[in-house]
Amino acid sequence: MRGGARKMGAADRRLLPEGRLAGPMPWVIAIMMLLTVLAAAAGLRLASAAGGLDAGIGNRMTIQIVQPNPDLREREVQAALGALRRVPGVIDIRRIPPDELEKMLEPWLGAGGLEADLPVPAMIDVEMTPEAFAQRGRLEAELGRASPSARIDSNAQWLAPLAKLISALKWLAAGLVLLMIVASGATVVLAARASLDMHRSTIEVLHLMGATDLQVARLFQRRIALDALFGGIVGLVGAGAILAVIGDRVGALGSDLLGSEGLGLGSWLLLVALPVGGVVLAMLVARSTILRALGRML
Amino acid sequence: MLRLLYLAQRPSRGLIKLFGEDIVTMPRKRLPGFRRRIGVVFQDFRLVPHLSAYDNVALPLRVAGVEERDLDTPVTEMLAWVGLGHRSSARPATLSGGEQQRVAIARAVIARPELLVADEPTGNVDPEMARRLLHLFDSLNKLGTTVVVATHDLHLISSIARAEMLRLDRGTLNDPTGALRHPPRRADA
Repeated sequence: MRGGARKMGAADRRLLPEGRLAGPMPWVIAIMMLLTVLAAAAGLRLASAAGGLDAGIGNRMTIQIVQPNPDLREREVQAALGALRRVPGVIDIRRIPPDELEKMLEPWLGAGGLEADLPVPAMIDVEMTPEAFAQRGRLEAELGRASPSARIDSNAQWLAPLAKLISALKWLAAGLVLLMIVASGATVVLAARASLDMHRSTIEVLHLMGATDLQVARLFQRRIALDALFGGIVGLVGAGAILAVIGDRVGALGSDLLGSEGLGLGSWLLLVALPVGGVVLAMLVARSTILRALGRML
Repeated sequence: MLRLLYLAQRPSRGLIKLFGEDIVTMPRKRLPGFRRRIGVVFQDFRLVPHLSAYDNVALPLRVAGVEERDLDTPVTEMLAWVGLGHRSSARPATLSGGEQQRVAIARAVIARPELLVADEPTGNVDPEMARRLLHLFDSLNKLGTTVVVATHDLHLISSIARAEMLRLDRGTLNDPTGALRHPPRRADA
């Protein structure tokens, strides 16, 4: 059979002498993959936290009726509830019951219960659709007419710096993942060039016997793919163990903001896909590097 | 000149025609196909050090895409022919200079090349093996292979009656009989 550049068989793979996992390349890839998976997991968790923040708290507001006279306060509460029901886009209205208020104030006022003459504001939690929340001027106007003592606290307002921080960290994690991918690609380029230099005399012999660049490139491509697969699996397993420990610690905090349920199935699948993507990337980079280098040989 | 012939180098100018085609202007991607038509015996053997004698000899066939099941017979026969049937699994480092040379020759001829270029192919073998190898070259030539041998052993080459010779004299190739000129000059002219 003359002419065609067939794929190398099992016997041909012995043309490159060193055994699998030789040299530092698989371990460098393992470290890169561990860091990439950790950064990606952090990014996914932060994205999920940011989503939760928006959905859970972002479109909510708390209304305080600050009226020392209990009768007037109750009247204003009823008027405010009536006004809120008339505003379109309001999903949920909940007056915070006195025992819940008592519990909230317990760290400051003690466990003895609220004194009857202590003027504690009445509080109403309101949840709105994002569209209605964006145009909450009408609600504020209606509320101002119905209850002059009403004060509106928008949760989004005091959560905005936190949301911005989470968003910045999310993008930082995405940037880190990107940088790690570029660094991994550069590592593969260096490893491919080093391997090519190491086996230059064998390649020259192969060339002089009529081996095509593709035949030679496939030998290196396969070797580097195996190294990348090993490094990817080691990195993923290491990162998985670290994430499991951190997830356990975060879960123990019981924080609604950080989330206690850990990464979802989709996120885990994405993380598992990273080593697979790493192998494909390594193969493509190795192939292109080797073919370019071979192209400069006769 | 040998490196030009086996396409290890291409000249920066001039004309080299091989198998009827100008290899100077030939696109690089066509070179592998041409190289498969050429067998080379390197002076320094150039055996792949981590491959056995068997795998070294099988290399040109594997590069050409011969299936594994079709490799064993020709490789084993060729190794037996050069007297190394019992050393087929030996690595080059464990072979003597003469044995390495025979592996190199077996590798060069196994794919029945149209052109065989041999640089000092008998330098490390005993006289009997040298005669056998030249006989092999002669047989290949009779089957249609053009054989180019660079050697210092004039006596050995003279034993091949049909061999035409060029002499390298102070950097210049001379054709004392004129037989290699185009058109050939008859010896009796």
